[in-house]
Amino acid sequence: MPETILSLKGIHKNFGESEIITGVDLDVFRGERHAIIGPNGAGKSTLFNLVSGLYPVSEGRMELKGHDITKLAPHRINRRGLSRSFQTTNIFPKMSVFENIRCALLWPMGFGHSFWHLCERKKALNDRSRMVLEQIGMADRALMPAGALSYADQRFLEIGITIAGGAEIILLDEPTAGMSRHEIERTVNFIREVTEGKTLVIVEHDMGVVFDLADRISVLVYGQIIATDSPEAIKKNEKVREAYLGKEAV
Amino acid sequence: MKDNTAASAMRPFVVKSLAILAVVAIILLLPQIFQTRFAQSLLNQIGIAVIFALSYNMLLGQGGMLSFGHAVFYGLGGFMAIHTLKMVNNGVVPIPTELVPLIGGAFSCIFGLIFGLISTRRAAIPFALITLGIGELIASCALIFPSFFGGEEGVSANRWTDVTLSPLNFGRAGEVYLLIAAWMLVCVFLMYLLTRTPLGRMANAVRDNPERARFIGYNPHMVRTIQFSLSAFFAGIAGSLFAINFEIITAHALGMMASADVLMMTYIGGVGHFFGPILGAVLVTFLQLVLANITHAWLLYFGLLFMCMVLWAPNGISGLIMLHEPVWKAGLFKKLLPSYGRALVPGLVLFLGVIILVEINYHLSLSTNPESPMSLFGIEISAQSAPPWIASLLLMTVGFLFFRKAAFQVRDAWDEVTRRMRKGEH
Repeated sequence: MPETILSLKGIHKNFGESEIITGVDLDVFRGERHAIIGPNGAGKSTLFNLVSGLYPVSEGRMELKGHDITKLAPHRINRRGLSRSFQTTNIFPKMSVFENIRCALLWPMGFGHSFWHLCERKKALNDRSRMVLEQIGMADRALMPAGALSYADQRFLEIGITIAGGAEIILLDEPTAGMSRHEIERTVNFIREVTEGKTLVIVEHDMGVVFDLADRISVLVYGQIIATDSPEAIKKNEKVREAYLGKEAV
Repeated sequence: MKDNTAASAMRPFVVKSLAILAVVAIILLLPQIFQTRFAQSLLNQIGIAVIFALSYNMLLGQGGMLSFGHAVFYGLGGFMAIHTLKMVNNGVVPIPTELVPLIGGAFSCIFGLIFGLISTRRAAIPFALITLGIGELIASCALIFPSFFGGEEGVSANRWTDVTLSPLNFGRAGEVYLLIAAWMLVCVFLMYLLTRTPLGRMANAVRDNPERARFIGYNPHMVRTIQFSLSAFFAGIAGSLFAINFEIITAHALGMMASADVLMMTYIGGVGHFFGPILGAVLVTFLQLVLANITHAWLLYFGLLFMCMVLWAPNGISGLIMLHEPVWKAGLFKKLLPSYGRALVPGLVLFLGVIILVEINYHLSLSTNPESPMSLFGIEISAQSAPPWIASLLLMTVGFLFFRKAAFQVRDAWDEVTRRMRKGEH
């Protein structure tokens, strides 16, 4: 039995009258790449926003590495080793590419709210920032303002910020949204590389990416997970074909 | 060759050190050059304003927090300092005058922490409104607790003591200048370093995108609170120096007007660059003291300046200067000069027209006898006769028309320069 790193039990979320998540149970295993798919409006992004602490859950319990994180604020969940990216690019546009990455490293490297260290003087911090920059292939644009990068590069930087701190579990929300075929290929390889040895939960629309990357897939329909299984089993699953894959199935 | 690279690597360091030395030398020489009492007082107040404005920019520029109550910490620090001085005067505690600002700063810092926790949960409008409320709250406390705030007449003390670290005893204004200059240099240096610490970087990050900051492990509320209380610390030092300089402090120092002053200084200087508020503090303090001596309408001119900056130069003076940096580096600055020259003359004509109009109106409404002749630029004129009115309107019309024409020329010159810079031409 593989070790469960993230566990959701009976999660409900309603915004006023409308219930978006209607009872989700999900176990994510340590080291797996887990994709969450589902039709538009199924609640995939909402689920991410609940797990990462952006929205409070209405009902249910979430555990990260066995600790209850149901009521924790986003930064506390992040400090426990869960890092996420956003569906719409969410970076620090006025700061340089290098600064974006370095800021993401400050807390994980133990600098906290320090006002007695100078960032430039911290060799380990700067070395690691440059390493992450190399990893995301942006060393040559280190000093550019992040807001001036191309769309695809901003998406890469977004993932760079997410993985920089070395979080054990990484949530990526549609990392390939709005990308060209060629860029998607590059992104998938890149994601595989940077999440090596880590746990990945990914929301994705592109079925090519999902079946290429995922060890297991969960299908979310109208706020409920109707199946969690290996890619092959999901392809064959009648309920899934009916509810979701239908016309798109290969 | 090897020597060459070593020398060129050393150069920025040498240039920087020389620049710092030059600044220190100028600061020390200034009171020798300007020896009048007025100049002395002006220099002291500029030094204080520089610290205050930079501390305000820790909120507005670096942290994205628009505070309407920053003078609270200036005033609280000032009151703490004056009480400390008083206790030294009475022989209760032997605290050297040089260190009194540290006590004022620490006192403000504690209140900064408390009010920061209350007000910085959100930036933007909720923050601005809460600081407005805190400002009013403390201002009204000044009347409720006269033992600390001294009621209407404030609290006074004697800065001339023998309890000092240096041979100075701060009896003369020139000695106080040295104290202010020393504290100013230390504070400017520390506030500059702060921008490069993890906290300083995260203050920028939280300003630009608080949501993202939460997902890299930081609580924006905590980052803002710490930044806020450090900013209060420096404001407290500035307020303490104010108290030492004037030997009296009243509730005006922590009121709405003082808060508005520091906002305007910082904004006019420019929030986008570290040195902006320094320029703003120097310029605004100079205008406040010098203009107030020349004309009753100085507040109106000051207001006009502020409005013009908000409308046409939202990045302040430092923003205007830094706009020219790439042009200067490309060696194209001289391409802009002729158009600037052509704009300057009609600009001055327009301004002259405005001055005449303002001054004759002020004379008519404020002087005891409006019929008495008034003096403007050394010329005797009668505010109730037609010529000054006609001259004013004429100057404004002509100035405006030519200025508008020149403004188009400035724009064309800029287009040309930008085009050439893009092509990499020199």
